[in-house]
Amino acid sequence: MSAKIAPKAANTAASSVISGTAALPVEFAGLGRSFPTADGTRPVLRDVDLVVDAGEILAILGPSGCGKSTLLRIAGGLDRPTAGRVTIGDRAVASYDVRCAVGFQEPRLLPWRSVAQNVALGLPRGTARGAGRQHVERLLELVGLADFAGHRPREISGGMAQRASLARALARNPSVLLLDEPFGALDALTRLKMQDLLLDVHAAEPTTVLLVTHDVDEALQLADRIIVLGTEPDDDERGPVRPGADIRQTVVVPGTRPRDRGSAELAELRGRLLDGLGIDRHGSARGIPSTTTIPAFPY
Amino acid sequence: MTDASHPVLSTGPAIHDGDDVRVAVNGMNTVVARGRGAGREASVTPTEPARRRLVDRRWFRIAGGAIIPVALLATWQLVSTSGAVPVSLLPSPEMVWLAAVDLAQRDLLGLYVAISTQRVFIGFAFGAFFGLAVAAIVGLSKLGDILLSPTLGAIRAVPSLAWVPLLILWFGIAEDSKVILIAIGAFFPVYTIVAAALRHVDRHLLEAGRAFGLRGLRLLGAVQLPAVIPSVISALRLALAQAWLFLVAAELIASSMGLGFLLVDSGNNGRIDRIFLAIILLAVLGKLTDALVGLFERWAVKRWA
Repeated sequence: MSAKIAPKAANTAASSVISGTAALPVEFAGLGRSFPTADGTRPVLRDVDLVVDAGEILAILGPSGCGKSTLLRIAGGLDRPTAGRVTIGDRAVASYDVRCAVGFQEPRLLPWRSVAQNVALGLPRGTARGAGRQHVERLLELVGLADFAGHRPREISGGMAQRASLARALARNPSVLLLDEPFGALDALTRLKMQDLLLDVHAAEPTTVLLVTHDVDEALQLADRIIVLGTEPDDDERGPVRPGADIRQTVVVPGTRPRDRGSAELAELRGRLLDGLGIDRHGSARGIPSTTTIPAFPY
Repeated sequence: MTDASHPVLSTGPAIHDGDDVRVAVNGMNTVVARGRGAGREASVTPTEPARRRLVDRRWFRIAGGAIIPVALLATWQLVSTSGAVPVSLLPSPEMVWLAAVDLAQRDLLGLYVAISTQRVFIGFAFGAFFGLAVAAIVGLSKLGDILLSPTLGAIRAVPSLAWVPLLILWFGIAEDSKVILIAIGAFFPVYTIVAAALRHVDRHLLEAGRAFGLRGLRLLGAVQLPAVIPSVISALRLALAQAWLFLVAAELIASSMGLGFLLVDSGNNGRIDRIFLAIILLAVLGKLTDALVGLFERWAVKRWA
């Protein structure tokens, strides 16, 4: 029951529904964020310079606690940087910027509202009643929840709640879609279906997507480009490690979507990304050279 | 327990039916269980209307609730007819009934009940309204909290009877002073409970609400208030009880009608039958008005929980 996404229905719905605002580029310039602690401040992010093109899907990887979510929250105006700035299009990000929509790690649905009412919460201000209702109906169809529109969040499964949460974010017609490990809590099969759903939606309406994830395969499957956040590697010769994470690695994912989940190229990239995340490949750890057809970045 | 919790997530529309029944039957318990992040667990309740247990049946609840009052009445009747206690200390139920009939024939009973109820309702309405408004200010804004809560805490510490002489001097012995005293009594439970609840609304939901463009009053109406509905209902219950308490305090001291007046007047005249009558009326009226809050609660739970 939790996997009721009919691909055909999804495709037709996706192509007919969402005629949103145009995708916008996102630019991070010299971005830093530190949090006050009992003894001074603790830098989490530093010197993040990044341009996300309009319509690009960018995946942000990194070990947990490295500031992935913080970066995303800053992009959406849910948090403010302590250094640098973020611009969406040609305007700086405002507090809770209306051009963004956020899909949180948890569904965060209002428990006292029905699924449809929760999705309607995402509609931009000033949407006409009838048009809004139609839009919500189509979105629910798109995420396979049309039969559950009147249910309360506690009456549906976790995967369904997460889909409702995605529908709510899509209801905004965002220029920039910010997804914070949106499928992290889902079971493996539902996660794959949700990834395909996201790609369907993106194909119909190519909005800019920033996707935080800890799943390398998910990043490879969905993204045009992947950045890896992390702190400096521990190196005795260069003195103490500078605190705070920055971009350690950028990977342009080859090929076009939808990608073959089993391709050898992706497998190689996967190993390289895991390396960057501090997970040794057995071969490279033992000094065995790995053969690859992919040149190192930049190509 | 386990077999009861099983069919919940799989049944579609049946949950709705089951839900309604559960809400209607459990009344207050349901609300208290819901609010605070109860989320999923709230649906883990027996939902088969066909096989309800005896304690969930309406007639059983009514009959069960009547057992103790009926037993008390019977004991009262027995003790007073046995002559073990002199009538000047314990009038018989019949005497109390006759006192009620006597007052009713002189058109006083209805008047006393009406005026007392009116005072309680007006005072409660004002107190609850301002309680909610101030709770919103204190619970939602840091500045409001810093500015107001120490002062309000001090005013809350003043015992109710201490206000009476001041209010009488300022507003006279007419309705104003009594209604204001009752409003003070109803204000503080609502303010205290709701302000505390508003401070602890789920941060995640608030952030989601803000991220989707809700701000100020819209955020209050869409997220914060529904999230604290269970607290608001308990606060209103408490405020109503306080309102009756303050009513008697007001009427005991300066009044020419009302149940509190009946109490003090009968006490001065040694009419113990009327004292009993006034106490019984206060109990019944308090319970009836509490049932009104119960109706509101059922509606609110259906709407928001």
